[in-house]
Amino acid sequence: MERHFEKDLNELKERLLWMGSLAERAVHQAVHSVLDSDEQLAKRVLDEEDAINELQIEIDDRVVQLLALHQLMAVDLRFVLAVSRINNDLERIGDQAVNISQGSLRILRHPRVKPYVDLPRMSELAEEMVRNALNAVVRRDVELAQKVLATDDQVDHYRDQIFRELLTYMMGDSSVVFPAFELILVAKNLERIGDHATNIAEDVIYIVQGQDVRHPTVDRR
Amino acid sequence: MHASVRPAVSVNITPPATSATNRETHASLTMRMTVSKVNFFYGSKQTLFDINLGIATSKVTALIGPSGCGKSTLLRTLNRMYETVRNARIEGEILLDGQNILSQDVTSLRRRVGMVFQRPNPFPKSIFDNVAYGLKINGSKLPLAEAVEKSLRHAALWDEVKDHLHKSAYELSGGQQQRLCIARALAVEPEVLLLDEPCSALDPISTAKIEELLVQLKDLCTITIVTHNMQQAARVSDFTAFLLTGQLIEFSPTPHLFTTPSDPRTEAYITGRFG
Repeated sequence: MERHFEKDLNELKERLLWMGSLAERAVHQAVHSVLDSDEQLAKRVLDEEDAINELQIEIDDRVVQLLALHQLMAVDLRFVLAVSRINNDLERIGDQAVNISQGSLRILRHPRVKPYVDLPRMSELAEEMVRNALNAVVRRDVELAQKVLATDDQVDHYRDQIFRELLTYMMGDSSVVFPAFELILVAKNLERIGDHATNIAEDVIYIVQGQDVRHPTVDRR
Repeated sequence: MHASVRPAVSVNITPPATSATNRETHASLTMRMTVSKVNFFYGSKQTLFDINLGIATSKVTALIGPSGCGKSTLLRTLNRMYETVRNARIEGEILLDGQNILSQDVTSLRRRVGMVFQRPNPFPKSIFDNVAYGLKINGSKLPLAEAVEKSLRHAALWDEVKDHLHKSAYELSGGQQQRLCIARALAVEPEVLLLDEPCSALDPISTAKIEELLVQLKDLCTITIVTHNMQQAARVSDFTAFLLTGQLIEFSPTPHLFTTPSDPRTEAYITGRFG
């Protein structure tokens, strides 16, 4: 028997996925504003930030109503609780995209420090993590969620590599300190985006299996 | 955007066509019934105090509150069922489509404002005759069999009884009997349907079926329900009135009342801190 609250659950999912699309697009545009030295793209990310923030408020409102009005149980309850967390992660992904764009505008004032080699690879991985995490939400795909979790180490590795390489550049040439430092921050932003995608993937596992896989070192006895 | 596969990132993406969160206000709706300055007495004992309330058209309005708060009394003023009680007396005004119900013929009123009670009370007749009874008295625009089928379909009972219409109504389960009572009330095409704790005698699955039915029925008629189960009010109603010792404490859109009630007494009740 279909229950009338399922319409509200479906709408909640659609709004979350729309927010995910906006966040994903923001990351893509922000990253390419750096890689392609595209000022317009960076400004577009900044202009579109409010849409993501408004959705965060709307989705939280929907979550509160669903919990108050429908006494959800089991998978429905886990889903709504997870949506509340995913909502926050998507908003933070949007914030990281804004940070990257702001950094891009500052980087543009300087000559390019070096050809970008690791940064495109890192950004591609981070975007792929966000995309896969959101697809895992749609499909309730635990395997895809676990693939996201497994990718995080690679993103972290690129962050470290970029930091070491740029540190070397800065030590050799003081004129590149400002842009190099901004690029290190971009790498840090991408690493945080990867972390938020990881959080979303963990929430998918919670929705489907009811397992809390966060903090594996914590003793759950 | 929907489906199990999302499109690759695109600069040009369009938002899904989902509705905004429900921010409907009572003031923006038409009222099927209006209760104005109603005071109610059983003899010298006053049980309702200065009630002012609008029952919005094609919406579900729930009346909640602790035992003895006056919610069933208020419900029964809406079709003058209190007149079956000696010494019951009302002051104030109740309008149905702008006309005072106290000046109308009570039989005609009760066809327009139907009622379903807590305990299913089918007539000792066949399923068919239970629904047809009112139609035979009031007349029907459709042939009788067609009108009976229509009512049973509206009450989500047709598929379960269509091959047994001439069996006794008493052979139905409790939940089916209650839906039969709803069908019987719907047969005369009321403008308003009053339900006084319609699920309190039913099992959870029957309750769920009737709750879903109520959500669908509001397209056909305006619904007012008394329930001591505030979670039920939260699930099915559009507007909720909280009564306490005969007073209307708060009346709000249901999402508002159950998430951010305005009155501390409402909050105390819905959080289970008294009642």
